[in-house]
Amino acid sequence: MSPAATTRLPEIIKRREQDLLERWVKEQLSDVAMRRDVVSESQLREESREFLGLVAQAAGKSSLTSLDSAAWQPVRDMLSDLSRARAARGFSSSETATFVFSLKQPLFDVLRQEHDGQAATLTDELWTASSALDRLALYTTEVYQKGREEVILRQQEEMLELSTPVVKLWEGVLALPMIGTLDSARTQVVMESLLQRIVETGAEVAIIDITGVPTVDTLVAQHLLKTITAARLMGAECIISGIRPQIAATIVHLGVDLSAVITKATLADAFQVALSRLGLTVQRAPARP
Amino acid sequence: MERIPILKMGDVLLVTIQVDMHDQLALALQDDLTEKISHTGARGVLIDISAVEVVDSFMGRMIANIAAMARILDAQTVLVGMQPAVAITLVELGLTLPGVRTALNVERGMALLLAEVGSPSRSLLGEADGDGQG
Repeated sequence: MSPAATTRLPEIIKRREQDLLERWVKEQLSDVAMRRDVVSESQLREESREFLGLVAQAAGKSSLTSLDSAAWQPVRDMLSDLSRARAARGFSSSETATFVFSLKQPLFDVLRQEHDGQAATLTDELWTASSALDRLALYTTEVYQKGREEVILRQQEEMLELSTPVVKLWEGVLALPMIGTLDSARTQVVMESLLQRIVETGAEVAIIDITGVPTVDTLVAQHLLKTITAARLMGAECIISGIRPQIAATIVHLGVDLSAVITKATLADAFQVALSRLGLTVQRAPARP
Repeated sequence: MERIPILKMGDVLLVTIQVDMHDQLALALQDDLTEKISHTGARGVLIDISAVEVVDSFMGRMIANIAAMARILDAQTVLVGMQPAVAITLVELGLTLPGVRTALNVERGMALLLAEVGSPSRSLLGEADGDGQG
């Protein structure tokens, strides 16, 4: 590998920028994998021109082997914006990386013309250009992945919020229908939102319905007990409802002590208890004469 | 030295903690309160902690202790207005305050106490306790 100092690449890129751009855009547009439906030709041309310009600028200031240096920061920023935008528009990671990889063909063509007959120099230059482009393409993939991970993380948080609604059944009665497996993070959110709603509504009774919880293990039971204790400390009473026969058997087998908690088979039963706590009764309206 | 005021309302002592509790203050409150209970012969103690944002294990233990001492002196303790964050902290610390009664706010705590102790001086409190049994 030749020392970076002797490379003529920056100079060549700068001198033949327009030519390179034409070839590159043509190359990208001819690619069958090109997503014409989401990226217009003018937009692609603009992005390619910007990238090429930034690369020429950065290569002039710094060597092509030190892509982590400050001189390459604009290129990296441009690539991360591009990957994020493409990730959001539904591109795959390889489609995003192809943006950089597709520059190889035109660049190598240009290099071959420039170094006609100088096999050794040409090989060196090709190697430098190829490794630099590889690293830039890898960088786009990395950013792309990061962008996708952010999306997943956000969705997880949204799901967490969606899955823990606290509903008001009656003045002073809240219900918390739990759905899905309970883990520590979810229980924390559930606990906080329940306690917050108790403060806001001044509810005296909260019904935790676990019909939608597939399994109950010691950890889940402990989480439930913690929530109930915290609610009690604030002055509200909790009722657990929706305990299925298998879950009742599991709880007993695990030796979890729920004797301090009111448990009911169905939400309706729990609601009845809640109403009687508040001194309310439900009765049939008298038949009309 | 800074002290937490203890108000007497009929047979009930009302303690409103408006400042962040520190250890000395909690100890002083414990002394003052037990003194006041035995002095006035109060039947109930209402502790309002709605303004308390931060607790530690010591504070949790002090509350439990105060309630236990009041019980020995024949006064019921009701703790009212605990903030969600405080409740979660106490539970995580393992301080579930077993013998302590709780209520959402002062009004309900007072109703609970009056129903419990059946204060003979209810008329002092006006209409608020109209639904208290006793």
